[in-house]
Amino acid sequence: MSSQNDQSNKFSTTRRKLLMGIAALPAVPLLASAGLFSTPAMAQAPATSAVNTTGLAVTDTEVTVGILHSVTGTMAISETGSVQAEKLAIDQINAMGGVLGRKIKFIQEDGASDWPTFAEKAKKLLVNDKVAAIMGCWTSASRKAVLPVVEQYNGMLYYPTFYEGLEQSKNVIYTGQEATQQILAGLDWVAKTKNGKTFYLIGSDYIWPRTSMKIARKHIEGHLKDSSVVGEEYFPLGHTQFNSVINKIKLKKPDVIYAAVVGGSNVAFYKQLKAAGIDLNKQTLLTISVTEDEIDGIGGENIAGAYSSMKYFQSLDNPNNKEFVAAFKKMWGEKTVIGDVTQAAYLGPWLWKMTVEKAGSFDIDKIAAASAGIEFNKAPEGYVKIHDNHHLWSKARIGLALPDGQFKVVYETPDLIEPDPFPKGYQ
Amino acid sequence: MFADYSLAELGSIFVMQGFAGLILFSVFVLMALGLAIIFGQMGVINMAHGEFMILGAYVTYFTSQFFLNYLPGLFGAYFFLAMILAFFAAGALGMAVEWLMIRRLYKRPLDTLLATWGLSLILQQLYRSVFGPREVGVELPSWMMGSISVTDTIEVQINGLFVMGLTIVITVAVALLMYKSAWGKQVRAVVQNRVMAGAVGIDTEKVDRYTFGLGCGIAGVAGSAFTMIGSTGPTSGQLYIVDTFLVVVFGGAQSLLGTIASAFTISQAQSTMEFFLSGSMAKVLTLLGVVIILMLRPQGLFVIKVRR
Amino acid sequence: MLKSDRTFFLRPQDMIGIAVLAFLLIVILPLTLDNFRLQFVGKYLTYAFVALGLVLCWGYAGILSLGQGVFFGLGGYCMAMFLKLESSSVEATKIQTTPGIPDFMDWNQITELPYMWQPFNSLTLTLIAVILVPALFAFIVGFAMFKRRVGGVYFAIITQALAAIMTILIIGQQGYTGGINGITDLRTLNGWDIRTDSAKTILYFVCVALLIACILIAYFVKSSKLGRILVAMRDKEDRVRFSGYDVANFKVFVFCLAASLSAIGGAMFTLQVGFMSPSFVGIVPSIEMVIYAAVGGRLSILGAIYGTLLVNWAKTSFSESFPELWLFGLGGLFIAVVLIFPNGIAGLWQTYIAPRLGPLFGGTAARRASPPATPPAPPPSGSAAPAAAE
Repeated sequence: MSSQNDQSNKFSTTRRKLLMGIAALPAVPLLASAGLFSTPAMAQAPATSAVNTTGLAVTDTEVTVGILHSVTGTMAISETGSVQAEKLAIDQINAMGGVLGRKIKFIQEDGASDWPTFAEKAKKLLVNDKVAAIMGCWTSASRKAVLPVVEQYNGMLYYPTFYEGLEQSKNVIYTGQEATQQILAGLDWVAKTKNGKTFYLIGSDYIWPRTSMKIARKHIEGHLKDSSVVGEEYFPLGHTQFNSVINKIKLKKPDVIYAAVVGGSNVAFYKQLKAAGIDLNKQTLLTISVTEDEIDGIGGENIAGAYSSMKYFQSLDNPNNKEFVAAFKKMWGEKTVIGDVTQAAYLGPWLWKMTVEKAGSFDIDKIAAASAGIEFNKAPEGYVKIHDNHHLWSKARIGLALPDGQFKVVYETPDLIEPDPFPKGYQ
Repeated sequence: MFADYSLAELGSIFVMQGFAGLILFSVFVLMALGLAIIFGQMGVINMAHGEFMILGAYVTYFTSQFFLNYLPGLFGAYFFLAMILAFFAAGALGMAVEWLMIRRLYKRPLDTLLATWGLSLILQQLYRSVFGPREVGVELPSWMMGSISVTDTIEVQINGLFVMGLTIVITVAVALLMYKSAWGKQVRAVVQNRVMAGAVGIDTEKVDRYTFGLGCGIAGVAGSAFTMIGSTGPTSGQLYIVDTFLVVVFGGAQSLLGTIASAFTISQAQSTMEFFLSGSMAKVLTLLGVVIILMLRPQGLFVIKVRR
Repeated sequence: MLKSDRTFFLRPQDMIGIAVLAFLLIVILPLTLDNFRLQFVGKYLTYAFVALGLVLCWGYAGILSLGQGVFFGLGGYCMAMFLKLESSSVEATKIQTTPGIPDFMDWNQITELPYMWQPFNSLTLTLIAVILVPALFAFIVGFAMFKRRVGGVYFAIITQALAAIMTILIIGQQGYTGGINGITDLRTLNGWDIRTDSAKTILYFVCVALLIACILIAYFVKSSKLGRILVAMRDKEDRVRFSGYDVANFKVFVFCLAASLSAIGGAMFTLQVGFMSPSFVGIVPSIEMVIYAAVGGRLSILGAIYGTLLVNWAKTSFSESFPELWLFGLGGLFIAVVLIFPNGIAGLWQTYIAPRLGPLFGGTAARRASPPATPPAPPPSGSAAPAAAE
């Protein structure tokens, strides 16, 4: 493929040989030292019995992971991108020689936008297929359904969506942002550069917007100077009439509209906002629920001028991302767009691979223990690192929506933000 | 909540809020009219109503794409053509469905509910397979977006005006068709006494088919108009179904006037409550209010006495 | 009134039918399926309770409710509240601001257990609530509507609106209900870990036992005088009314019974699946539950069970191998069951299979499942000849 792969290929080959050497050293020192100097093609993988002590689906040549997303039902729209990203990552890893000398094979299951189905399929993947890791889930509800299963059967779940926090598990790596990472820096930015003093919070009525808004309110009232929340509203999922609330917004004249509306409501909200004569180039609107994927349905011209607070945008200007976008489009077509969650899903297989190599084993307990501190330099969003609490250190970014459906990155935090799923003072 | 505002500001807010209520009213009427015809006149419960609307929305999307690519000069006017096409596409599908399915079920109204629910599932998956699972963004001519400033603080949405105008035109057309034309007379005759209508030489099967087609066609136009305010995707139609049914049932199924009155009542209640309460609670209270009133007055607001 | 004029409420062919079903569920399936698949069947069976209720309420009494998910959900939530309280002991939740309350309450700044939750500290009260809360709710809804002679289509649409309201309420009141995520991470029932495979197997058998008990209740109702009045009401409501019966009371009773059956299913669902969420309450699941009864044959008590198993089995295997096609299949099933075989599997059995079997199955099965042949209700003894209603 490209230089990225060649580079990391070299990196990982060396590493693999080293690991392999270490693993095999006590048993057959002679062979091991021979292995150290052999060419990659001839490299022998460490013995299966050494890297897999708990009976996972690992053979001498293959390791099986599960992909668990909705291919059917209402969530299929959102989850398709994640499946595509995970398959791309697995392809790329295999092209580089796989993990500990084993090609990754995946079993894909359909959660069908139905939470018990997610739980059942997770159980099937863990119990019947003995997968070494699961890349999957999208909504909080599906994760909540799967969590007891992965904890009970001791699996490893890589969860890609930005979410409300308030959760931490030995068996889950959260590759998206938790709420404080996504919210606080964005609010600071809008308060400073847009001189935002008054905020109007509006979201869909379920746990993620409500928790996010709670954190936002605490931050606005407690940490930003002279700032206040002038309105807070939630609408049922699927609500399509926003004219009344738009009138309220006009009445309150907030400096900033802070929005977390999702799904079909999102489209209705922005179209009606525009029709009501609220020009987003003049009225500051900051959203935490619109990625490039959503703009496809909203229409770029309807949301141009809004700001979105995410950790990743497709237009991000760095070499990692350029290669990622090119590879993604090559695999899935020119017209596909890549949103924040898609990128986070892409991280899952990579982080798992690196953790396995660090641990020198596929055993879940060893991976769970080795996860903290894993660094990934080649992430499209830039450098990321797994925190002790199994969330990622990552930067927060603000993108300005353009009429062509892309974002222009206008701000990024200078440093990585520490993930804090149980934020003190925000509960 | 109003303490900090001048009288003029308050006045303009109330004007705009009234206008928002009127837009919601128009949307409800547009949604419910097609269903009111089908349910009220034929007794058929069309659970696929939302999917017929979305068919209209997809037709609009493809018309807009066609104009963008081949007739960019006429793009400003494409919406009118799109609505006409949407009417005929949804109407034709409706007539086909009537012929294949509904006509066998006139004696079993509850079964039409199940069969059309099945139809809605099939249509959803069909849209998903053919048009893709993602929502499509329908690009509108620029003259339809934005608003007219009446005063400094009162702004009137152009698409709101458009929906209101469309609603008036369609309502008047339907009323004329039903109450002034020969065909309308036949429809009403069939509703009141099918056997007798047949006996005097009315082709009741044909009347049924065209009535169903008309209802679906209006749904298609509604869907086309809703691309201005809502989303267009395989499952978007589901968002409208409960509201639509409640409007029709609340109005008293057999009366067009009732449908309009109930759309007015529900829309005003909802839009006022949304203004004073938070969104979710307003929705729950509106639905609950409608259900309670229906329990007290099950026949709806208006009824035509029909001998059964 | 419930006293049957037969010596025993089960006819021989009914007993054979129940025995065959029991043999299938208790012996054949556990022997042939692995644990994983058996738990699927266990989950399907919880929907069968709803289908059973629908046979009584829709098939026999002609009341189509599109809101059975509400009752399924109420039963499920009652059970889930108890299990959640048990797993939220002070020790297990000591990292919370307020230990001892469910985690989602803590996240929503609720500092003490709401009154609504208090009774669910007790298993006895919970089990009573599982049956009574939905029945009470059904009574309020049913009484208001049937007394005013709301029926048919109107009833269907109003119950559908109730399902919508319930979903919005549960999702909106997340501090009290767990919101869209539902009530998750349920672990033990009075100290007994319900997540293990052996526990799930035991729960499966409990579920089967309860289902068979409910089937017996359904047969009892069906064969009692009440059952025949229901059928008479469905076919000629006015005649029954003019014969001096208060039609509304019968409808309210059967609606409440169907609600309680659904709720038992919901409670078993929570126990077996380990959580409850608003996605089982809304419009879509409620209508899907109707199709289970329709596929089985809306007039056949046993058919409802087979219909539920068949549709769900098809759903699982279809969506595993051809996820794209599943909705076509389900949609087609709705249409086919209405247009081509309105009496469902039971009707097919009776038309095509039963006649080929011996007289014990053939003749009897034919009578059991043939809907138009349902004997017209004999004129209620003691009343005058039915008044001409038309």
